[in-house]
Amino acid sequence: MGCVSSNTAYAEISVNSKRKYAFMRTNKLTPWLYILPAVSVLFFFLVYPSLNTIYISFFNHNSEEFIGFKNFLFCFTNQVMQNSFRNNALWVAIFVPACVFLGLIIAVIVDRVKYESTIKSIIFMPMAISFVGAGVIWKFVFAYRPAADAQTGILNALRSFFHYKPLPWLIMKPWINNFCLIMVGVWIWTGFCMVILSANYKGIPREILEAARVDGANEFRIFWKIILPLMKPTIAVVSTTMIINVLKVFDIVYVMTNGNFNTEVIANRMYKEMFLFRNFGRASAIAVILLVLIVPMIVINIQRFREQEIIR
Amino acid sequence: MLKKFCFVILLFVFLAINAWSAVDSITVLGVWTGSEADAFKKMISPFEMKNGIKVEFTGTRDLPTILTTRVEAGNPPDVSVLPNPGQMIEFAKNDQLIDLSTFMDMDALKNDYAPTWLDLGSYMGKLHGVFISADLKSLVWYNPKAFSSSGYNVPSTWEELIALSDKMVEDGKSPWAIGMESGAASGWVGTDWIEDIMLRTVKPEVYDMWVSHEISWLDNRVQRAFELFGEIALNEKYVYGGPNAELTINFGDSPDALFTSPPKAFMHRQATFIRSFILDHFPDLIPGEDFDFFPLPPIDPELGTPALGAADMFAMFNDTPEARSFMEYIVSPEAQEIWVAELGKLSANKRVNPASYPDDLTRKAAKVLSEASAFRFDGSDLMPAAVGAGSFWTGILDYIGGTPLKNVLMTIEATALDAYR
Repeated sequence: MGCVSSNTAYAEISVNSKRKYAFMRTNKLTPWLYILPAVSVLFFFLVYPSLNTIYISFFNHNSEEFIGFKNFLFCFTNQVMQNSFRNNALWVAIFVPACVFLGLIIAVIVDRVKYESTIKSIIFMPMAISFVGAGVIWKFVFAYRPAADAQTGILNALRSFFHYKPLPWLIMKPWINNFCLIMVGVWIWTGFCMVILSANYKGIPREILEAARVDGANEFRIFWKIILPLMKPTIAVVSTTMIINVLKVFDIVYVMTNGNFNTEVIANRMYKEMFLFRNFGRASAIAVILLVLIVPMIVINIQRFREQEIIR
Repeated sequence: MLKKFCFVILLFVFLAINAWSAVDSITVLGVWTGSEADAFKKMISPFEMKNGIKVEFTGTRDLPTILTTRVEAGNPPDVSVLPNPGQMIEFAKNDQLIDLSTFMDMDALKNDYAPTWLDLGSYMGKLHGVFISADLKSLVWYNPKAFSSSGYNVPSTWEELIALSDKMVEDGKSPWAIGMESGAASGWVGTDWIEDIMLRTVKPEVYDMWVSHEISWLDNRVQRAFELFGEIALNEKYVYGGPNAELTINFGDSPDALFTSPPKAFMHRQATFIRSFILDHFPDLIPGEDFDFFPLPPIDPELGTPALGAADMFAMFNDTPEARSFMEYIVSPEAQEIWVAELGKLSANKRVNPASYPDDLTRKAAKVLSEASAFRFDGSDLMPAAVGAGSFWTGILDYIGGTPLKNVLMTIEATALDAYR
């Protein structure tokens, strides 16, 4: 019954609209009217805050006094900030290739295994844990106790099982502790890369691979010469997504070291300046720098995405 | 139909209750949650009963942020806990606090409270904050049984403390258990050490100058405090597990080393609250018998044994009759006796009956506090967060991690120059 009545209503409107709402179809403003809700939401929750952040990044701690580029000067001269930039670079340099490489290898190899979905579920599992939770879990893994004590951390328990001295992983600055944190990130994100790359891999027509095999190409050659080039656009999108991800890295660092022992990253610094030190100007300046770093990645991502659309 | 009718009636009743309760209620903001919030409610329930005033209490660990936001938005709670006297001065400067001396019985307050407490709660001659309880930080916890079986005596001077530490090392033992790890707040344990040592090596006035950054971090006196701390904290033989353990072990787990058999360490400097951690990890221990404390000994004999601590402080933002009677109630010994009995905190009111403390250990801490040559607030809480909860904390970690003292102090000084404004 509802169906019939709504149909009639629809018919009535469409008849009416020919007369009553005729102006709407011709008016150039009409489409704008339709996207107005979306655009206004975008404006108030994205554009306005971004512009405001840029604006207050030129002001002092309580946004009362204009201080020009001083906040940015601080960001580039302060030692802790420089450290954060270096560490973020380290994250990009290690985390992104590691995630994408592992994700790709697992996606391709696991395709040939009987228990594919089980393995993939297990590898994807960390994605389901909150990053804070993951940080806490891994803090236990890296836990350190004096050599005479029973080791509560798995890593040090293994080391002492083989009669090595336990190591205080998370305070071994500046390299080992950063690697430890990055490893946690890789553990979380590999599953995500794997799932996307695996979907893409499965989209490659089997005939091409069969043909190559018939032509006598071995599996490595097929991987390098066929699979990899075909997956290149997706790999690029996944990589840029991971770069954006890693520039924003916060939770893991905050939970595991809070940026102490030379593990500070940009986002954690921003959090501290904003919510701990209440320096709105500096926090905004850091946010702006982060934005400037991320925007090119987003542009690349969108371009890639469009190219893919064209291919399809 | 009947259902609808009932619903409307219920709605009216609900609204009526709301309207009625809105007449006589006050909003109170505090830091306490869980069992501490329960204790607070227990403390105020006689007040609610007697005056028919409803106390709407909100407890949040994020008090500084929420309080400042609400005050800035023009919607402050009637009464609030303040994180520290520094925050009180900030509010008082902006005329956001009610002068309590306008309605409170000042003679009674002067009678009940030591002058230190009233001074800490005053700004420009006006009383803005009152204290209900305190936590004492200058304590060294130890295992009396382990001490007596090894023939160690409680030291009463710094020299004796160091001599005792050396003796323990000679006996092949680690004297100290120290743990700095505390998640995002790692390092505060060390700042407490430095503050305690500062109080024992300089006059309280100089300590105040240091806190308000009137003397530089590179000042010899500050440097000396760090060096004295380093004598213990950087000494691989003094601290169980050495600096690596210090930096990785959680502050709450570190006293565990005192109660293993045989003990791995013998002394642990920490505030009164560590009692609950010890009892949580070792429920069978009897306070006073299995674990006890002595005040951190004086360094410069002239300065006596000062006390470092934190205290729970109340201030009033809206001048209503209900808020007034609430403030009058919480400074009374009746209220504080309930509060300290529940939590083992130390009362600020002199008239509080010592019998209301939960055990002898707490009574002993109260005695240490009342006999202290001076009382000072935890300095890092009073400094701007960029120093007190920033570079001072990280400076401690860097110092223990092996960064030269000069660099550590220069880094803190640089942030201090920038943060005090």
